[in-house]
Amino acid sequence: MANIDIRQVRKSYGKDEVIHGVDLTVNIGEFVVILGPSGCGKSTLLRMIAGLEDISGGEISIAGTVVNDLEPRQRGCAMVFQNYGLYPHMTVAENIGYALKVAGMKKPERLEKVRAVAKSVGLEEFMDRKPGQLSGGQRQRVAMARAIIREPKVFLFDEPLSNLDAKLRVQMRHEIRRIHNRIKATSVFVTHDQHEGMTLADRMVIMNKGTIDQVGTPEEVYNRPATVYVAGFIGSPAMNFLSGQISAEQSVILLADDSRIEIASDAARRHAGALVQLGLRPEDMTLCAPGAGHLTGSFDFYEELGSSGLYHLMIEDVPFTVLSSIKPRFQHGDQVGVLADLSKLHVFGAKDGVRIDMDEQVIRQMEPAE
Amino acid sequence: MRRAYFKNNWIAALVVAPQLLIIFVFFYWPTSQALYWAFTFEQPWGGGNEWAGFENFRAILTDGRYWDSIKISIIYAAGATVLSMGMALILAVFADRQLRGYKYYRIGAIWPYAVAAPAVGLAFRFIFNSSAGIMSYVNAAFPGFWDPILNGDHALLMVIIAGAWKQVAYNFIFFLAGLQSIPRSLIEAGAMDGATVLRRMRDIQLPLLAPTFFFVLVINITDSFTDSFGIVDTMTGGGPARATNLMVYKIYVDGFQGLDYSGAAAQSIILMFLVIALTVIQFRYIERKVHYT
Ligand SMILES: Nc1ncnc2c1ncn2[C@@H]1O[C@H](COP(=O)(O)OP(=O)(O)OP(=O)(O)O)[C@@H](O)[C@H]1O
Ligand SMILES: [Mg+2]
Repeated sequence: MANIDIRQVRKSYGKDEVIHGVDLTVNIGEFVVILGPSGCGKSTLLRMIAGLEDISGGEISIAGTVVNDLEPRQRGCAMVFQNYGLYPHMTVAENIGYALKVAGMKKPERLEKVRAVAKSVGLEEFMDRKPGQLSGGQRQRVAMARAIIREPKVFLFDEPLSNLDAKLRVQMRHEIRRIHNRIKATSVFVTHDQHEGMTLADRMVIMNKGTIDQVGTPEEVYNRPATVYVAGFIGSPAMNFLSGQISAEQSVILLADDSRIEIASDAARRHAGALVQLGLRPEDMTLCAPGAGHLTGSFDFYEELGSSGLYHLMIEDVPFTVLSSIKPRFQHGDQVGVLADLSKLHVFGAKDGVRIDMDEQVIRQMEPAE
Repeated sequence: MRRAYFKNNWIAALVVAPQLLIIFVFFYWPTSQALYWAFTFEQPWGGGNEWAGFENFRAILTDGRYWDSIKISIIYAAGATVLSMGMALILAVFADRQLRGYKYYRIGAIWPYAVAAPAVGLAFRFIFNSSAGIMSYVNAAFPGFWDPILNGDHALLMVIIAGAWKQVAYNFIFFLAGLQSIPRSLIEAGAMDGATVLRRMRDIQLPLLAPTFFFVLVINITDSFTDSFGIVDTMTGGGPARATNLMVYKIYVDGFQGLDYSGAAAQSIILMFLVIALTVIQFRYIERKVHYT
């Protein structure tokens, strides 16, 4: 068991810097998910923790020891690779036991341990097969078993589920969480699938082009996204954004189509005249008669999602979606009113994209915590 | 897969004709000629030949010198193959570790293969010359340590080293390609599992290189039986006292110097079947054991 401390870590390939000074602490036994789009530097960061990639600047320590100059085998991390990295010429049992063999454990003891671990992930029937004779899900299990058997201080996962089909992915996700609850190893899990991240994480790290935009519990990240980027990335269907300006006299956000969204007067005063992006999640709004709600749009098309439906509207040329479980019918071009839950407004500075808190109480609550 | 068919057979025939012609002129024709000679008594100065049946083969196979030549050829094949594959493997492993400038190094290491065998022979004849080359310094310190002109073992060793050197480049290309086709994640997994560089090489890279290794082995052995002529001819001329009289060289000596066409033809037929047999045996029985999945 160990904590991981990442301080001002940078990574450059030649002249290109791809990680720009990242700070992150992973506590003992915590399951942290690094989430971000393709190419944002998730794998690079993970591989620097593992020791597979040199650290260009800053410091990484595991259990209080700076590991910058340590070989992977001296760091006590186990890693599950995206393509599993199973040794094709070894049987399942040999794959799982390889780390112990390298460590010099005696054969009878080793085999016993391999059997126990294989059993715990449901592989006992396949011990003598080669990886090429296994299904994707079984290979995934071998990769997990290979990591578990070492009883590592730190568990690293680089998109381990992305090669599986949707159903198996969900199943393996649950299994990983179950394993984590059992062995409680400090874990860092990289993914670009937000559902995977949300369900697995104790805390999430949202990365954006080589920097960290936000660190928080899945709830925090969903309810209080720190930047426009995080707001747009987390949540599906994605959040809607409308441009506007804060008016202090009227305590409203004035939108392009002249509609007004009421906000707290002291917040309005503090940010008087600020140009903002107003964020509204499709699930935080309901449809109503035109003029009766906060916004009015023209109906574009409808998407059936089963238990609910997604209504695509156009508000002044800006596409806008509302999720509704009652499913009224509209014709293309019909005017539709939108009623927003004003307690769930998200407001971001138009220039810097940073969240502007509208609710005084929340600010007071948040400050001591930070 | 879609296949293209020629509607007109004449065009098809025309397209494959040059290739068939080459194969015919350089393989079937000489082979059939050799077969004909091997089963007849061929007159050195031309003239009628007489059917001999297996008499030529019997004569060769009961000749002690022929068996000596076979023994030397096997020693040469084993020595040159082990030496060249060993050196090539070491070089490829280092090139694969991507030391700085390995791209230039790789090109440099491929050059020797482009050098013709007689040129290699000449270069090594100078290097190993007991009175003028590098070995002359050793001889000055330890008189009589190295003398390929009189000592048959030395001569054979010299020919083996030259032959191996020539083959290193070829093996290197294949080994490097084989090593580079091993997915990086396997080696990284090995590193995460705690294996050191040497351990990873032994447990992961070398086993995965086995198919390449096998292929290179077959090519090297066959090559050392058939392609050693130039080196022997320039370096030792088969001597001293036939110590480097490899099978291919003996064919030349018996045929063109001894003018025993029938005997030489029979020897080349034997050599041909030996190479075919070696190849078949190796592909049939060994290759099966080096495939995964
Ligand atoms: N060896 C390398 N040389 C140069 N640039 C690299 C190298 N490896 C990665 N990069 C760059 O670093 C950036 C981050 O790559 P990284 O693999 O960490 O992305 P990622 O977030 O894991 O993406 P994905 O979700 O697609 O796996 C990318 O822009 C990539 O082009
Ligand atoms: Mg990645």
